[in-house]
Amino acid sequence: MSGETPGRRPDSPPDNPLDEALETVDPAAEPGLAEELEQEAAREQAPTVEESGERWRDALRRATSGGWAVALGAIVLAVLAGSVLIVVTDEDVIAAAPYFFSRPSDTFAAIGQAVGGAYSALFQGAVYNFGADSFAQGIRPLTQTLTNATPLIAAGLGVALAFRAGLFNIGGQGQMLMAATAAGWIGFGVTGLPFPWHMLLCLVAGVAAGALWAGIAGLLKARTGAHEVIVTIMLNYVAFYLLSYFLATPGLMQAPGSANPKTPPMQDSAVLPPLLGDRYNLHWGFVLSLLAVVGVWWLLNRSSTGFAFRAVGENPKAARVAGIDVPRTTVLVMLVAGGLVGLAGTQQVLGTVTTGFSADIDAGIGFDAITVALLGGSSPWGVLGAGILFGGFKAGGSAMQAAQGIPIEIVLVVQSLIVLFIAAPPLVRAIFRLPQPERSPRRRDSRAARRRADAARGTEEGQA
Amino acid sequence: MTATTVDTAGHGAAPRTVAPVTWKAVIGLGVVLALYALLLLLAPHEGSARFALSTSTDFVVLSTIVVPAMATAWVCGVVGLVVVGLAVLRTRARRPVPVWAVALFAAALLVGFLAWAAAGSPRDLSVVGLLGGAVGLAVPLVYGALGGVIGERAGVVNIAIEGQLLAGAFVAAIVGSLTNSPWAGLVAAVLASALVALVLGLFTITYRVNQVIVGVVLNVLVIGLTSFFYSELLVPNAETLNTTVRFERLPIPLLERIPIIGPVLFNQTIVVYLMFVAVAAVWFALFRTRWGLRVRAVGEHPKAADTVGIDVLRARYRAVLIGGAVVGFGGAFYTVVSINQFGREMTAGAGFIALAAVIFGKWDPLRAALAGLLFGFATNLQNVLSVVGSPVPSQFMLMLPYLVTLFAVAGLVGKSRAPAASGTAYTKE
Repeated sequence: MSGETPGRRPDSPPDNPLDEALETVDPAAEPGLAEELEQEAAREQAPTVEESGERWRDALRRATSGGWAVALGAIVLAVLAGSVLIVVTDEDVIAAAPYFFSRPSDTFAAIGQAVGGAYSALFQGAVYNFGADSFAQGIRPLTQTLTNATPLIAAGLGVALAFRAGLFNIGGQGQMLMAATAAGWIGFGVTGLPFPWHMLLCLVAGVAAGALWAGIAGLLKARTGAHEVIVTIMLNYVAFYLLSYFLATPGLMQAPGSANPKTPPMQDSAVLPPLLGDRYNLHWGFVLSLLAVVGVWWLLNRSSTGFAFRAVGENPKAARVAGIDVPRTTVLVMLVAGGLVGLAGTQQVLGTVTTGFSADIDAGIGFDAITVALLGGSSPWGVLGAGILFGGFKAGGSAMQAAQGIPIEIVLVVQSLIVLFIAAPPLVRAIFRLPQPERSPRRRDSRAARRRADAARGTEEGQA
Repeated sequence: MTATTVDTAGHGAAPRTVAPVTWKAVIGLGVVLALYALLLLLAPHEGSARFALSTSTDFVVLSTIVVPAMATAWVCGVVGLVVVGLAVLRTRARRPVPVWAVALFAAALLVGFLAWAAAGSPRDLSVVGLLGGAVGLAVPLVYGALGGVIGERAGVVNIAIEGQLLAGAFVAAIVGSLTNSPWAGLVAAVLASALVALVLGLFTITYRVNQVIVGVVLNVLVIGLTSFFYSELLVPNAETLNTTVRFERLPIPLLERIPIIGPVLFNQTIVVYLMFVAVAAVWFALFRTRWGLRVRAVGEHPKAADTVGIDVLRARYRAVLIGGAVVGFGGAFYTVVSINQFGREMTAGAGFIALAAVIFGKWDPLRAALAGLLFGFATNLQNVLSVVGSPVPSQFMLMLPYLVTLFAVAGLVGKSRAPAASGTAYTKE
């Protein structure tokens, strides 16, 4: 059920590890396990649309009850809620509201102006600035969006990968901070290495640091059963204070001759070069993120390791039955997930903030990544889209704050509402009166009946 | 799905931990003692430590105790060594290490550490300030942990404690400022926090969305909303909307005159006294009433509870709402007790420490409250040590509660087991 598997869409992939596990389980020998697998399978297949004969109606129902309709509905609802926030705090609207009943047009005009102005500023700050002199200037917001999206995509992939394996990686912040520490320290501390090698060394160190930090959580989970949510949250704080200590201590990471908890700037040989020339902030980290998307897609959908990841995520018991080493997989998943989040931390230090960083270098991306992964349905391509969307929100939010004086925190509200609504499809469908996908009790019954019959036959055979 | 994996891990490990002799306690104590000895050996800190047991305004004025630091530290270390020896004997005899021994161990090492840290400082280390401040800092943690315990006992993981605290603090600031009454602020905070709990319940219980997801997202939502309105409403109207009247201290006659304990425990605000009442009340309600039995039933085995006629969803809603209301008291602490105004993200992760206290306290209200006090103490220790000029970097002191929780969760400090159905939504078949 959607409530149990984080961020999974109902349309499960055709190569479902559950079915395979079901084949291998002998219902007579292990009735409990077989029953659980049956239930899992029934839950998986529950949200399918009933055939009703008419092709177009079917198609429409499919479209409107599918994940995309819900995602769209969630975004619309969240943006509406954001508009409400803008309206109730807008000075012109507040000024016009007292005489609403004598001249409602004033209030509506003020509302229109406030909301229109805000979203126009958001769009112009995120996609294309129509007020710019040239195309190169006008397209600048889009490059800023992609710059913001770069770490969001990488970290979102890390969280999504863990989700697919049934693990919650809430520790994005800590993993990013440790990655930034490792990459940054080598980035400003090591001298004499030429350009690509220095940068590559930083990249490797950052990714490894993120992987190891998440690996602690994976190891504790595999060895002691410690819940990874708690462990990763705690590791966030440990990482934060560790980095704070490094930054506040002269001789470690603090910039020489400065009393601020901030590192010296990165050396030129360690910096990710700009992708579209010096005019824009966009750097090669974006390409790395795109490669990571392809890599994760390949890992999850085309490799046996990824199959093991998903199998453990779908049902660890079934995975164990199928011969998968669950503890080992858990550690491996966290290592890979941490490495991806570490990539985000590295991109921040080597690409976005190259003039030295402080302990807030993660910029909330570790937590934003959770929302990105959820919005992206935990699929690599979905994460790519969600990352760019949220990157746009971030870029547009700053522009909105500058132009209209609307606090950028409204972006947080809209983002969290989107995820909240997406996580509860029935609510969104009820609000927009979309058809609810019906559960198919018939199929579940028939499966259960068949299983009972099988079990009965098995015992009869046993007695005979 | 995560809950199942936790379960399997728990069941999988169970046969191995059945072994009658567990040396975990001894190993844990030994490692701590070794670290302590290493600290004293590698960084000796000569001089004398001054402990002030009272302030000049107290009813009974005690003289300041001055002790030679290193000698005291080593004596305390020897006490710790004795306890470790005792633990070894007890473990050999296949009996558990008694709690009082562990408490003695912790107290001895703490005194030794304080003596070491305060050595040579011209300032007195105020014991009353250390303990009293700890109680103050612990208040939101204890309320948060209590609320978390109630929720988890009913099977709903509450990651949103942070959001509930923040919402409570925010609304208490506004209502308290508008009405000039801290009581109104307190009530408003309770309602606001319960409202967040209602949203948590709506999504996790009715719509069966993953509890961790909803909790995390609710935190972000509340941070976003409060920060937005803080910039848009509270900053421009700070006079009318963000200046509360605080609760006065309410010294309890006679009791407040007891040396050390008096000023620490019996010269506090009503919210602190209510905290002690709440701890006892939650414990009583959970373990001695029909309501508590039902809450624990739906948290351990909802299907069985449903079979005997308990409305699982309603019981969970009720528990989540009550838990949220309890957290609200902690939220109010920020803006009508501690200081008189709201600040952006002023809870600063207290909700997550409260969550850690829930687990460290093994889902028991008394232990969770003690864990909250311990974390408050650790935070205040850092404040006090920075006053006397401690050699330990403050960041490591601040890290301590989280490290302790990590060890606790990993099972090095005794095994902890969550309520069985915690984290899973219930669907009636």
